[in-house]
Amino acid sequence: MSHSSAMRWLHRFGSLPYFYRVSRLWARCLALPGLAMAGYGVYAGLAIVPPDYQQGDVFRIIYIHVPSAWLSLFGYTAMAVAGVVILVWRLKIAEIFIIAAAPIGASFTFLTLVTGSIWGEPTWGTWWVWDARLTSELILLFLYLGVIALHQAIESPRIAARACALLSVVGVINIPIIHYSVVWWNTLHQGSTIRPLGGSTMETDMIIPLLIGALGFTLIFGWLTLWRMRAQLIWRERRSRWVTRMIHHER
Amino acid sequence: MTRTRRRRLLLVGMLLVGLGAAAALGLSAFRQNLLYFHQPSQIVAGQVPVNTRFRIGGLVQRGSVQRHGHDLTVRFAVADCDASVPVVFNGTLPDLFRAGQGIIAYGMLDKQGVFEADQVLAKHDSNYMSPDVAKALKTGQKTNCMPARMQAAR
Repeated sequence: MSHSSAMRWLHRFGSLPYFYRVSRLWARCLALPGLAMAGYGVYAGLAIVPPDYQQGDVFRIIYIHVPSAWLSLFGYTAMAVAGVVILVWRLKIAEIFIIAAAPIGASFTFLTLVTGSIWGEPTWGTWWVWDARLTSELILLFLYLGVIALHQAIESPRIAARACALLSVVGVINIPIIHYSVVWWNTLHQGSTIRPLGGSTMETDMIIPLLIGALGFTLIFGWLTLWRMRAQLIWRERRSRWVTRMIHHER
Repeated sequence: MTRTRRRRLLLVGMLLVGLGAAAALGLSAFRQNLLYFHQPSQIVAGQVPVNTRFRIGGLVQRGSVQRHGHDLTVRFAVADCDASVPVVFNGTLPDLFRAGQGIIAYGMLDKQGVFEADQVLAKHDSNYMSPDVAKALKTGQKTNCMPARMQAAR
């Protein structure tokens, strides 16, 4: 793609009426495969894969814990990228994205902490320890909640979005810390099981449903985010001519 | 790209570089405090301060687990490749506790050099496999005296 056609695409994507029109179809295209894959991942994890040699059936919670943890990191990284776009280009669609994605990312972070805690009690012997992995993931939850609270606290949506963008960009420093915490420090939490560059430490029969499930949860994340973006967009643009015209049309 | 946008992009870039540097410096300064546990050989070598509570991490030495029938008190040794430290604990052990398991105990050394633990946690690895595969792997593989996941940074 040449520079000018890339910019044209960006402008078209940034056009709010265009986004509103096409996002309904995009969301639906994500929803069906997302639900199917996540459903398969969870079902296979609970009912099909063999128990672990050491932990028995307890390890099956990994089929929710790992996709949630992945999305907690993915969501925040995506928000930080949108944050840079807001700070530099002032693109409205990115402002809407940050606000739409934050509660969903926060929910997955919460789910990560809860499932991890439920997993830790029988295997480690404790619900919670202040090791580097668990603590940095808890900080991630607070960062998400901070973005949400900041948005609530500032009345002007554009200024609120800029503040949220700054917090997202600043907070993204925590993402590599979470990821590498198990490498840099002695933690109670074990190291990474899924290693994209090879050498994953999980049996093939077990890891395939996990990867499919994680992809499914990611599509669900996209679907929910698009849907929240549409709601956010129509509320923010409620006084604009194209929204009024559209509403009249629908009546 | 207009001049204002280029300037803003530069500012955001500088912000990220500055934050990264600050985080790297801060974390390397706190490195020792973020250590979750010490290894038995560090304790035997006297690298761990006495009269203070800390965590010890290592493998439960085979054949060292002793229970006394009348209460929950259990005695065992935590070892790495070079040294072992006797541990006494009175409480509930995690499901994964057994000889050869990596554990982390929190407590204090007494004057006889026995580690009095008031919490024992199991540290498992990131390997997941079915019992059949584990059995197949186990034959023909000798056990490691201190797997990498249990090694404390020094």
